[in-house]
Amino acid sequence: MTEPHKIIETIDITKVYGMGDISVAALKGINMQIKAGEFVAIMGPSGSGKSTLMHILGCLSRPTTGRYIIDGEDVSNLDKAQLAHVRNKKLGFIFQAYNLLARTSALRNVTLPLLYTHEENKNIEAGDEKARAMLEVVGLGDRIHHQPHELSGGQQQRVAIARALINDPVLVIADEPTGNLDSHSGEEIMNILHKLHAQGTTIVMVTHDPKIAAHTQRTVHLIDGLVDNIVHNGRTTLMSSHEEARHETV
Amino acid sequence: MKPSEAMRIAWEAILKNKIRSFLTMLGIIIGVAAVIIMVAISAGTEATISEQITSLGSNLVFVQSSFSRGGPGQMASGGLVYDDAAAIQDGVNGVVSVVVEQNSSETVKFSDVSLDEVEILGTTTGFPSVRDVEIATGRYFTDTDIDRKKKVAVLGSSMAEELFGTTDPIGQYITVGTTKLAVIGVFAEKGSVGNTDYDARIYIPISVVFQKFTPSMFARIMGDSIRMIYVEVDPDENLDNIITQIELLLVKRHDVTLDTADFSVTTQQDIISTQESTTAAFRSLLAWVAGVSLIVGGIGIMNIMLVSVTERTREIGIRQSVGATPDDIRMQFLTEALLLSIVGGLIGIVVGVGGSYIFGALSDMRTVVSLSSILLAFGSAAIVGAFFGYYPANQAAQLDPIEALRYE
Repeated sequence: MTEPHKIIETIDITKVYGMGDISVAALKGINMQIKAGEFVAIMGPSGSGKSTLMHILGCLSRPTTGRYIIDGEDVSNLDKAQLAHVRNKKLGFIFQAYNLLARTSALRNVTLPLLYTHEENKNIEAGDEKARAMLEVVGLGDRIHHQPHELSGGQQQRVAIARALINDPVLVIADEPTGNLDSHSGEEIMNILHKLHAQGTTIVMVTHDPKIAAHTQRTVHLIDGLVDNIVHNGRTTLMSSHEEARHETV
Repeated sequence: MKPSEAMRIAWEAILKNKIRSFLTMLGIIIGVAAVIIMVAISAGTEATISEQITSLGSNLVFVQSSFSRGGPGQMASGGLVYDDAAAIQDGVNGVVSVVVEQNSSETVKFSDVSLDEVEILGTTTGFPSVRDVEIATGRYFTDTDIDRKKKVAVLGSSMAEELFGTTDPIGQYITVGTTKLAVIGVFAEKGSVGNTDYDARIYIPISVVFQKFTPSMFARIMGDSIRMIYVEVDPDENLDNIITQIELLLVKRHDVTLDTADFSVTTQQDIISTQESTTAAFRSLLAWVAGVSLIVGGIGIMNIMLVSVTERTREIGIRQSVGATPDDIRMQFLTEALLLSIVGGLIGIVVGVGGSYIFGALSDMRTVVSLSSILLAFGSAAIVGAFFGYYPANQAAQLDPIEALRYE
């Protein structure tokens, strides 16, 4: 059996906000790898840098130093437009607040990423067909023309999942996907994520809830801008390498 | 993003906020309609003026009294007198004929009809030919009538109607001031030229005006005052030469210099140029007003687009997170601004063209809608939309996706 290829590889990623004396280092050297088909949670107290890390993993911002390789492509130095293309083609986002377009049907929300796919001869009917299928997968086949305000929180999050999957991403990034939901709806969402994982989708989920994190294969704990430890199915292994990355930025 | 998709998104955004979109477009609508209506009015006015000038008759030099610059204690010089006309006729080469005008304002009565402040125009036999008016019924007065100071009158068409209604006026007597005059003829309808309504006047021999309506104690010494002399000139002669001759002659007769002259000499060409420069000034003023209102409309669009960008920050963040590039976002908002101004421009064209016709139908002013004004107004609206839409669109394009997604 061949080793699954790396979807994510970060090499000494740092992120510094501000300049000179008032600069704050949110990330101080993150090294991590996520392989295809993995389901990984990122945890950490507030201020640990997990949001910053998620933004970088999601190509919404660039690291100050270090390299970030996604699906074999180094995206550390891409410009805004190029990052947008990476988000469009390779990433799918699931947000805590769902982030659907208001007054827009579930179908149109799901097809939104297709609007920004720069391909010749893209077929709008085929896109709509695929969006219907995706909504079917998340159990909303009968709600495709409903607008967000006509849907419950759990249903809205399912629309968001369908949208995240429409462009066949190599990685789904979920940011507190159950944070705004009651436990029942949250469970439904986690079940869908499990199903996707079982079908081979690679998922990174940021959460502060250990019970939700326990659903994953391993949990990366961040503290103070560094990887503190990584928990594998309940077994803790201390992160011993890359001690040299623990330098303070001036 | 394809332009057709950008159009669809922009159109949906406009429809989602119908009232706000309409108010945003209002500035453009008014601007475009204003350009079209104002150009239509000034084009209509120009057309009317040029027709009037053509109808003035040809090859005329106008010599008018311009009253006096006599200092204190000095008797005001009286302007033109009746004998000046004869002097011009005899003393200037190239003059075909002269016609004299003197007017007065009197109360006119017939039977139980009484009209106040009717313009009585005393003139000579050449008047119908130099002013291009024709007798409809009866006859015009002759040199004999003038010499014998016959109490006769020729009526303008509307004056005849007001005084006599359907009765035949020929042979009836009207009372002008305290003088009874016999109606001998009625002019065909002529209309207004400038401020003068040719149809609302009464024309009588100039000698009768001197005797009954403008008697002056100076007349015996200085001659009878007149308002104007029309000089019809030979079209083959040099007009400037004739004008110079007239001026020299009158300066000598009136014992004045050209700087203190109590008369002015103008030609039809002068009148045409004056009218042209007046309408040109009028038109450029209108163009500026309309242009300013278009710019104000554009600022309105920019204003609303900036509000819209702020309001839709989260939407922009969502679009960016699923792969919209800065160019996509810029295109989306620019298309929206452009669509607002183009739809506003189209509505403005409908309002402007409709308004021009309604205005022309309801008022005395004529309006001529021109295709060029429509294209100009519409083109400016589109340019204004693109110009004032660019800044807000650029603001939207430069939003940071993380900040935009966090925006509440």
